[in-house]
Order: sequence, then C-alpha cells, then structure tokens
Amino acid sequence: MTGPLHRFDQPNSYIGRSVERADASRLVEGEGAYVDDLNLPRMVHAAFVRSQRAHAKINNISLEQAKALPGVVAVFSGGDINAQVQPYVGVLTHLQGLRSPPQLPMADEVTCWQGEPVVMVVAQSRAIAEDACELVRIDYEPLQSVVSAEQAIESNATVIHPSLDSNVAWLREIESGDIDAALSGDDVTTVERTFLFGRHTGVTVEPRSTVVEYSRSDNTLVFHYSGQAPHMMQAILAKHLDMPEENIRVVARDVGGSFGIKIHTYGDEFATAVAAKLLRRPVKFVADRLESFISDIHARDHRIRGRVGLDREGRIVGLEIDDLTGIGPYSMYPRTSAIECNQILNLTGAPYVIENYRAKGTVVFQNKNMMCQYRAVGHPVAMAVCDSLLEEAAAQIDMDVVEVRRRNLIADTAYPVTSATGMKFADLSHQKSLERLVELMNYDQLRTEQAALRERGVYRGIGLVSMVEVTNPSPMFYGVGGAPISAQDGATVRLDAAGALHVACSITESGQGTHTILAQIAAEVFGVDIARVKVTTGDTSQVPYGGGTWASRGAGIGGESVLLAASALKTQVLEVAASILQTTPDTLRIERGTIVNDAGEEKITLDELGRIVYYRGNELPADVNPELIATRHYRVTDYPFVFTNGAMAASVEVDIETGMVSVLDFWVVEDCGRVINPRLVDEQIRGGVVQGIGGALYEECLYDDTGQYLNATMADYLVPMAAEMPDIHIAHIETPTCTSTLGAKGAGEAGTGGAPAAILNAVNDALRPLNASIFQMPMTPERVLSALREA
Amino acid sequence: MSKREIEVCVNGETVQANVPVRINLVDFLREHLGLTGSHVGCEQGVCGACTIDVDGVAMRGCLMLAVQADGATITTIEGVSNKPLGRAVQRAFVEHNALQCGFCTPGMIASSIEYIEQGGLSDRAAIRAHLSGNYCRCTGYQAIVDAVASVIDEGVQA
Repeated sequence: MTGPLHRFDQPNSYIGRSVERADASRLVEGEGAYVDDLNLPRMVHAAFVRSQRAHAKINNISLEQAKALPGVVAVFSGGDINAQVQPYVGVLTHLQGLRSPPQLPMADEVTCWQGEPVVMVVAQSRAIAEDACELVRIDYEPLQSVVSAEQAIESNATVIHPSLDSNVAWLREIESGDIDAALSGDDVTTVERTFLFGRHTGVTVEPRSTVVEYSRSDNTLVFHYSGQAPHMMQAILAKHLDMPEENIRVVARDVGGSFGIKIHTYGDEFATAVAAKLLRRPVKFVADRLESFISDIHARDHRIRGRVGLDREGRIVGLEIDDLTGIGPYSMYPRTSAIECNQILNLTGAPYVIENYRAKGTVVFQNKNMMCQYRAVGHPVAMAVCDSLLEEAAAQIDMDVVEVRRRNLIADTAYPVTSATGMKFADLSHQKSLERLVELMNYDQLRTEQAALRERGVYRGIGLVSMVEVTNPSPMFYGVGGAPISAQDGATVRLDAAGALHVACSITESGQGTHTILAQIAAEVFGVDIARVKVTTGDTSQVPYGGGTWASRGAGIGGESVLLAASALKTQVLEVAASILQTTPDTLRIERGTIVNDAGEEKITLDELGRIVYYRGNELPADVNPELIATRHYRVTDYPFVFTNGAMAASVEVDIETGMVSVLDFWVVEDCGRVINPRLVDEQIRGGVVQGIGGALYEECLYDDTGQYLNATMADYLVPMAAEMPDIHIAHIETPTCTSTLGAKGAGEAGTGGAPAAILNAVNDALRPLNASIFQMPMTPERVLSALREA
Repeated sequence: MSKREIEVCVNGETVQANVPVRINLVDFLREHLGLTGSHVGCEQGVCGACTIDVDGVAMRGCLMLAVQADGATITTIEGVSNKPLGRAVQRAFVEHNALQCGFCTPGMIASSIEYIEQGGLSDRAAIRAHLSGNYCRCTGYQAIVDAVASVIDEGVQA
C-alpha cells in the first residue's frame, strides 16, 4: 500500500480481504444456470450450414430435402433471415476514415469467409437440425480469395468488396518528435526486427449460446445469451430488428468464460432472434466447437516492423513501428476491428520516456474469419514489440535488461504524464514494480544459475516486460464514436424489510467474482454482514443502465457505482433512523446491521427499521418519506482511460533438440490500484498470464492459402493445459487511482497483455548464445528449430 | 430413429429410459434427466467438461453412448456431495477459488476425485499431469492444483 491511509484500511472491513465467492459454492454443486441449461416449452433448436468456401458466389441453394426431413420445423436461407434485419456497419467516427461495407447476419449472394452462415435449419432437436443441414445443397462458384494481409495490399489484389476501391479498411499514422534525426545520431545503436503474431481465439469452454423467446401479442423479445454487455445487445437488437428498445430484454445468467469473445454481434445469434420472431416459439442456438473456431472472433494477426535506437547510456532515443493487420471481410459490429491496431499504435513504448515516435497502422480486409477485441486487445503485441526491441538493443550495447529499463521507465514521481501518442498516465509505479520484481524473482541468483547451466548445455532464458494496461475506459473509447456502448455504470442498492441489502448493478459476472466484490463494497460502505447482501446482474429488466464487463472496467466503474449508491442509501437510512430515534443523523452510524449512536450503543436493528418503514408507517411522522433505495451512476471523467502498470518475468528452458519451450517460472508485480479482493485479483492475473503463454507458445488459427481453416478442433488447436503451466508468483503495488473514491483500477487483462513479451524475451535470451532468435508467435517447436537452423 | 430401453443408476436413483441409440451419455443426462451440471465443451473428448464417474471410472460423457451405459452406476456433479471426499473436494475448490466461470468445474472435480481415490500424492507435477485432460480457460490451473493438494494433505478418505 503506497497511498495515504484510507477509510478502507480500518479493521473488519471487507474491501481488501479475500472473501469467498458465494457463486463458487453454487457452481461446484452443478447448480450453474448457463444458456444451454434452459429448456423452455415449445423450444426448437437451430443449426447452421456454414460456407465451406472462403470466397464464393452462391449460385443456387436447394433446401427441399432438408425441409422434408421429419422433425424439421423451418429452413431459412440467408435472404429469408436478412430480410428481417437492418444492415449494420462496424465503424466508429473517432477512428477517422475507417470503412466497412454494410453487413447482414447471413451470406446471401456471396460468401466472404469459410464459416459464414448460409442456411439456418430449425428442428425439434439439434441432432435433427444437423441431420437436415447435411441435406442442404449449395452450388458455389469460387472467387479468388484474399487470405494474408500482405496479399490484400498487393497492387493486383482481388478487391473483396466491389463497393470499395481496395482492401484497406483503415490507415493511421502518428509522428511525434523527429524520429529520423534521432535514430541517425552517431552514438545511437539501432535494432530493427519484424514480428509476426499469429491469429488466436478465445476458446471459451462454454461456446456462444443463445435462446430467444418472442411474444407476438405484445411484440416483446427475450434474448438469453452468454455475454458481457446486455444493454449493448438490447440497443443493437432493437435497432436492427426494428423493435422498440424497451420491448427487448437481454438476460445473461452464468457465463462460461467470455474474454471479449462474447461481446460482439454475431450473425447466427441475430438469425436466432429472427427465427424466434418468425416462428413465434423459443429458439435455441448453441455453437459446437467447430462453429466456435470458425465463427467466434479471432484476434491478433499482425506483422510489425519495429525499430528502436539506444544511445551509449542505454536511453531510448526513438521508436518506430509499422503494423499490418488483417481483420477478415468486415469490421466487426459495433466495436470495430480497428481498435486492436489503434491500441498497438497508442501503447507501444508506453512505459518508457520516448520523445521521438512514429507509428503506422494498416488494417485490411481478407477472406478469413473476423478479427476483433479479445482479452488484452493490442497489449500483447504492443508490449512484445517494444520490450523485445529493447532487450535486443540492450544486448547490442551489452547492457543488462533490468538496467536498460531502469534508465528508461517513466519515473514514479513524474505523474501525470502525457505520452508521445497523447495517452494520459497517472498514478503508475513502473520503477517500484520493476524493483519489486527483481527482488521477487531473485534476479541475480537466477542469472548465476543460468550461466552455470549454459556451461552444461542447458539453454535457459530470462525475459522481462514492463507494461501498461488500459482499464476503466471513459466514453472516449466507444461512445464518442457513435456506438451504443455505455461507459458509465449504475447500481441500485435497496434495504428490504428484513434488513438485508439488494444490489443490482449493470456490470456482469462471468466468473471473475463480480458479485463478490460488489457485495464486499456494499456491505462495507453500508454496514451489514456480507451474507446479507444479494447481488443481481445481467438482466436489462432488473439492473440500471450500463456498459457491462469488458476492458477491465467492472471493479473500477461498476464497483464505484455501488460504493456511491450504498453510501447514498446509508445517508437516507440514517435520516429515517434519526427520526425514529428522535436524534440527528450525524450522531448515528450503521455497524453490522445495527444502527448505533456516538457512544457505540445499539439503538435499532435494520430489520426493525425495515419493518417500521414497510409495515408500520403510522409510527413515522407524516413528513418523513423514507426511501430505502438509492441509485447512483458513475463514469470516469478527466481521463480517457485509467491505466495500470506491471512488471513481469519468465524463466524458460529451450530444448535445442526438439525446439520445445518449457516455462519454468513466472513472476508478476501488478499495480491495479486498490485491491478489493486479493485472491480474486491474483486469479485474474494467473488466468491472464496463462492465456498470454498460450498465445506466445501454442495457440494459432491456421489457414491454408485458399482460406480454409485447418485446425478447428481442440485436438489440433493447442491451448495451455495444467501440465505445461508453471506456478505463477504474484506481488502487488497499490497506487489507487485518483479518479474515484474506491481507487480500483482493472486487473483482468494484465496477464494476457504482458506474458507474451516476457516469454518472447526469455526464449530469445535462451537462444542468444547460439546466435539464434525468433520473432514470431506462437513460438512452436518447429519455428524454434528453424530459428536454430538459420543461426 | 432406432431407440432402446436402458436402466441406469444415477446419483443413487435408478432410472429407466427409452433412448435414441445415437444419443451420447452426457446429452442423455442433460436432456432426458435434467442433470445440466455436466457440461458439453467440445463433443470429442478433449476439453473434459463432461467428465463423470461411470462405475468408478472417470469417463467422458460425450465419448460414450447412453445405450453403452445400460446397467451402469453413474455419479454426476449433482451427486458428488453424497460422499465425504466429494464434499471435501467441492469445499477445497471454493476455499482456493479453483474455479471462475464454473463451466469446466464439474469435469475438473470428477477428475480430481478420481486422482485422490486412486491414491494420488500431493505432488504438484503429478496433480497437473493427471488433470491435463481437463481444460480450464479461466484459472491458469494453479488454484485447482492447490485445492486438490489440500484435500490430499488433509487426508480425507473416499
């Protein structure tokens, strides 16, 4: 704890304690309520025939045989579904120049990626629907497919969308200072590398799932979904199904993993809503694993050329990057597919003092599945590029990688700081975090061991990263660009007649512990036992309006809204209590469900107060109008984002015979401001690190040169499993954000954002004595061996 | 569609059902018996979310047909707390926060119980190796290893 002593630091508080999750007790009993567990009367099941081609004209579709299969309820072509939907376009006005053609849920005349839904079958069971899919005949006329981003910008490239003049979706350039002069200085050592980041995807264990109910009598629609942003979905469904927003209810109960995958607009989910409307009965669609791989959004897919210059003292004199990224055939709606590139341009080099910076981003269309925001959006790429260049350059001037960071990190005393790209940083602790990391990992001893092992032919590497993470975004992220995405969140806190507290908040839960931390905040701020706090999220008919859980914003924004609401309710309750007790509110406080006076004497319990207010209002003076409910909303002002920082390190061993990389150890020092629940924060970081290691070493969505997806099963797409993962050591620096009372920043994406850089640096550190290096993720054994061969 | 009569004992309750011969065991449990605690993640035996106890062996519910389970005794997550070891594992998962979204958890608990019942040691690498057939995207596995090790260290018997 580095901030001033705060009211949360008093004993017996909930904030700062590793309170157990009530949800966990429910989930270990098998009492979870995921979308696929819903079984409604008259419900039917959807399956989709998806395009087998990356790019083709659809000449003819034969549905007759499928329609004739017993148990089939309806078969819809793309045209049938699309006719019910207003087209959508994935652009944001603040990403100036970003373009994408209008999109509809299903392919009609042309298919643009393998996996695009072409025909929807609705049947009495999913099995029958799949049987019927087998009976659909589609006559494709192949068109030239554009698969790689490099191919997409060739001068003679096939232009995917005839309405556009090229495959370029967006271009952005940033120039700050004089990079050419800076890098050409006599005493400057420059290093230039080209980095490749393969596509990977979220692989939520629970696939995307939707059940839609429609009532024609009152034109209302209930959209049960496994997702993160119910109000966003409500607005989107209303707009594109041409229904009043208030007639749409979106419900997200238990969500089996999300990670950004489940926050976008998917054609098959739209089609499910349309089918429910047309058939007037509940329709369920649950993606199978093959569908998940070819239709859940992918992420990364960047080729970046980067160059850094260090002076003789190891100070960064300039940094430049050029990013080329492929996003599939459309920019995803409504968050767009340009955000990852934008983040990379904004965040590369963010932890360091860099005056001279140039960045260029080129975002292109291609005939592959769509690319969009997945956990840590852009961060793993930005951090890996900068910190790899930094460690490569440090090696050139024979400087230790810790020392080169010491000489370049923004000083902890310097804030607020505006970066070369215009990012506003406050309340960060790069220097403290690095020093704590060096201590935590026992850096010097590790280096000694590494040297000793090298003598024996064992190639171990140590890699570090200093990083930032974008959290708690303001409306400057999406809302400013015109998307129906709320940057504010709301909470209602209500005292019931039995003295219990009911919290309804617009952020959502998908396992990170949202319900628990909100209960901790409400219980502590208001003054009740946490067992007496019940939290509701994920239902647009039950919670105040708000953005949901994404961009590591739940604790910081949703948590602050609960703090404000609980605090307001406390004031209201004390006013009522003062009236009952014939005293003034300032002489009273609430402790563990009881109102006590200045002397600490228990005066009246909350359940007694509740009963008076709700049942025996006659006992209250006529001019007292008790409101045992309060709602407050909160958004970040003053700063576009609340950044966090961290320092991480990996120790790896490379088997130079097989190319296998083993992660031996991993350390994280994280500063996410006030830690509400240490265990939950640590688990966010660990899970995030493991996803980052997955991207660095194993995970890749592979396509052949015709745009066919090659590894769409969990046996072929490798994710980190228990046996390959190390224990991960975590320490915290707590620098609360000045933007809120709670002081919490986000922690959900730091691990994924930083780990790939640390792993990349560690692998290259291991390979350095062999004069080999690798700058491509994932660092598969084959690629490591080929790097060794090229050495 | 061809159907067949089966009789299974699920969580201590004997059930007779007339099932399509092609339906797999986990779909039968979820759709016919309403035991939705077992989850379906990949339908090809890789993710482990549907792992259940069939006659004392941890099995993939998606790789076994319901008709193959005729005469079998099955424990799903809904019946895990019938035994002290099951309750201890559930308790340890909560205490160590060895789950986040909870979707993989029923299968992870089934595999953990199998490991402990087989006399598995509280050795982290061995626990990790045994659980490497169960995919978890949320936790990073460390808390799961902690939970399993703690149950073994406490010496809870099946």
